[in-house]
Amino acid sequence: MNKREDFSKETAFAEYISGQENKGLLRFLTCGSVDDGKSTLIGRLLYDTKLIFEDQLSALAKDSKKHGTVGEDIDLALLVDGLEAEREQGITIDVAYRFFATDKRKFIVADTPGHEQYTRNMATGASTADLAVLLVDARKGIITQTRRHAFIASLLGVRHVVLAVNKIDLVDYSQDRFNEIRKDFEQFAASFAFETSIAIPLSARFGDNVCGKSDNLNWFGGPTLLGHLEDVETAHVNAETPFRLPVQWVNRPDHTFRGYSGTVSGGTVRVGDKVVVSSSGKTSIVDRLVTYDGDLEEAIPGQAITLTLKDEVDISRGDVLATSCNRPEVSDQFASHLIWMSENSLYPGRPYLLKIGGKTVNATVTEIKHKIDVSSLEHLAGKQLDLNEIAFCNISLSQPIAFDPYEVNRETGSFILIDRMTNETAAAGLVWFGLRRAINVHRQALDINKAARGELLNQKPAVLWFTGLSGSGKSTIANALEKKLYDLGKKTYVLDGDNIRHGLNRDLGFTEADRVENIRRVAETTKLFVDAGLITLVSFISPFHSERDMARELVEDGEFYEVHVDTPFETCAERDPKGLYAKAKAGEIKNFTGLDSPYEAPANPEMRVSTQDKTPEQLADEILHRLQSDGVI
Amino acid sequence: MGTDQLSHLKRLENESIQIIREVAAEFRNPVMLYSIGKDSAVMLHLALKAFYPAKPPFPLLHVDTTWKFKEMISFRNETIKKHGLELIVHTNQVGVERNINPFDHGSSNYTHIMKTEALKEALDKYGFDAAFGGARRDEEKSRAKERVFSFRNSSHAWDPKNQRPELWSLYNARVSQGESIRAFPLSNWTELDIWQYILAEEIDIVPLYLAAKRPVVERGGTLIMVDDERLPLQPDEQVQEKLVRFRTLGCYPLTGAIESSADSLPEVVREMLIARTSERQGRLIDHDDSASMEKKKREGYF
Repeated sequence: MNKREDFSKETAFAEYISGQENKGLLRFLTCGSVDDGKSTLIGRLLYDTKLIFEDQLSALAKDSKKHGTVGEDIDLALLVDGLEAEREQGITIDVAYRFFATDKRKFIVADTPGHEQYTRNMATGASTADLAVLLVDARKGIITQTRRHAFIASLLGVRHVVLAVNKIDLVDYSQDRFNEIRKDFEQFAASFAFETSIAIPLSARFGDNVCGKSDNLNWFGGPTLLGHLEDVETAHVNAETPFRLPVQWVNRPDHTFRGYSGTVSGGTVRVGDKVVVSSSGKTSIVDRLVTYDGDLEEAIPGQAITLTLKDEVDISRGDVLATSCNRPEVSDQFASHLIWMSENSLYPGRPYLLKIGGKTVNATVTEIKHKIDVSSLEHLAGKQLDLNEIAFCNISLSQPIAFDPYEVNRETGSFILIDRMTNETAAAGLVWFGLRRAINVHRQALDINKAARGELLNQKPAVLWFTGLSGSGKSTIANALEKKLYDLGKKTYVLDGDNIRHGLNRDLGFTEADRVENIRRVAETTKLFVDAGLITLVSFISPFHSERDMARELVEDGEFYEVHVDTPFETCAERDPKGLYAKAKAGEIKNFTGLDSPYEAPANPEMRVSTQDKTPEQLADEILHRLQSDGVI
Repeated sequence: MGTDQLSHLKRLENESIQIIREVAAEFRNPVMLYSIGKDSAVMLHLALKAFYPAKPPFPLLHVDTTWKFKEMISFRNETIKKHGLELIVHTNQVGVERNINPFDHGSSNYTHIMKTEALKEALDKYGFDAAFGGARRDEEKSRAKERVFSFRNSSHAWDPKNQRPELWSLYNARVSQGESIRAFPLSNWTELDIWQYILAEEIDIVPLYLAAKRPVVERGGTLIMVDDERLPLQPDEQVQEKLVRFRTLGCYPLTGAIESSADSLPEVVREMLIARTSERQGRLIDHDDSASMEKKKREGYF
């Protein structure tokens, strides 16, 4: 507890200040379901550690009259329910961070809501927490939510849990009731790998056993909640793990200095240590550990340093420096848990950006091995992953990266997926293990390559990717163009949506997941044809940006021509060459592009053609001219 | 994850340095908002540490409302010179031409035009895609949920309901053309941490934070310093010399002084520890209603 009142005495103050220098920090998160009294508990901690000021208290008294739920009393929950909307609704909608301190420790609390968005919010709070406080209502005991919270905390690597049995006043401070709940808790906590777990009875509203002992709970021999938070040993394993320094920034003020800046994320590093650059395998010796406050002899996890090496080695942002005797895994495929955080569902095959440390690469989920039901912990099969779902997946990257399993290192084993169109953070990922497949299956190096094949055919291989609504004229233009190329003696091939669906892709339907897979197969086929030296014409509706971009990335720069056949929906529906629009409007076809499934028009296609005022012949000529001026033919 | 071997101040320091480096590495054209106050002093100190022995690879930006304390401006100029940094000073010229001031136009209009609009104008003018700010989550309730990388759309608006989840120390720095982020490296610091750090690191701060005899008038229960002749005095107001200091610094007509004899840093920290009012009390713009900060932020206030 705090002894602030004594600061009128000089000596007490001097002692206090020197004590502050060595004060530690505990980050914890609180989780509970609606009405377990989580906000009240945090309000109580802030109030009892005197972190609430007079003006906040008077604002609180005003707010309590307006929104309060506890009658005449001051509603402590209102202290922490920040945004206007949630104060009106009486719920917490987002992770909030609170701060308080005692003489022993400073605390950062991640306050995470318990209702529907809980997985995403809890995972966020847990990602930086040392300890989790799971709140239960003494009247209800352990409920499904409690198990979910324990699972998510455990998955995110939180090693210490407290079961706060709140509202003990409402069961008349009953020891029997508490013991019942404690027994339940001990049973299920044993199935997770927590280092410490303890159940503590308390009343947040009245303050019993939160910060101070209570006569009402004199049968309880354990600590108060605050007492436990002050004393629990969260000795971090990181110092014993192998040294890792993800390079964030290359520091080069002039040609005499070249340093690599980053935060030590595992192990210790000393001047003279031999380190390896993960991506290249090159090694060197640590020359200096530079900081603004002077050079260090040794750096430990959590320290932001700048390191220099004895040799000139090629190192850039995103590389990981590691101890040479225990290196991180380097692979372009790994298995990981994914926590899906976006409203837009995940479909295997769809490309994302993956950020791990200072490195951002292209990534796709190649396979959802299983989803995890966070209530029963059962494994479920799944073709897609929706908001707040957790799954175990295989992930494939555009280039190899260095990583460690999440259990070993929270920093080099964690990543986020970013949606390339909306830039939103779509998922959080925890690396489980690398997939050796990528390492053991070496590519067969072939002597005859794409350029050689193209030369023989007297052309540069290229893709003309026609995208547009059904009936927009893609196939007609592609057909006209292929004839012209044929007449010029060029080797071509047309991949047409309808034809491919009769063969290669006949097992696929029209759901979003199947559409993604449809394009993935066509894109891979295109890549092979381009590699064979052909000018490949692809005629597919291909309604989504992300799949078209994926196809683009499979081939080399300059080989891909996105041709948007920009015919308005009304015109296509009027033409209706295959009678599909009529059927779709009658409800006989579901997920019809432009009707009940979206078409995302390309933002910057290489060419945009309109069939409104020109014939397919004229348009094919335009494209032909472009290919001639680019030197493709 | 940190370790108990590092004190809480060192953990905060290291976290902030990591954030500052990440912004510098991920953005094309970042800038550091420099308001000359104690939080800015700490943020600048951390930026100097982050890139040592090099200088921070971004300029500082001061949005000058023309109503700052004189001592703040001289302190700003000295600091820039001392560290050899690049400073951009921006003032809303239209506001100056229309003589927008806190007396005739009300504090809320004045703040909107000379601070919020001026800031947006400066960010647009130089095309900054990231701006560091010294805001802390403990300052005010709506800040408690703000991200470290806080996304702004192309009209600089913040949408509190639609924030990107932020896990570990992995920050999503992707923005489209015209969009930007505000980065808050001091998110997890409290006012007390700031003062303790200033004390421990011997960081220079504007002398206005320390008690001295200063000319003030009492206005609506607040002590306003008469920093120059532009402050219009009411007939019943008398300028008195009082021993005062400031807990926050901004535009002098809008910043309340507190009576205090704390004339050294340790004294200030001690006063802080036994304080009974939070620091925003000294800021007149927050008093309108308790959700006012959230509203301002949605409009693009820092």
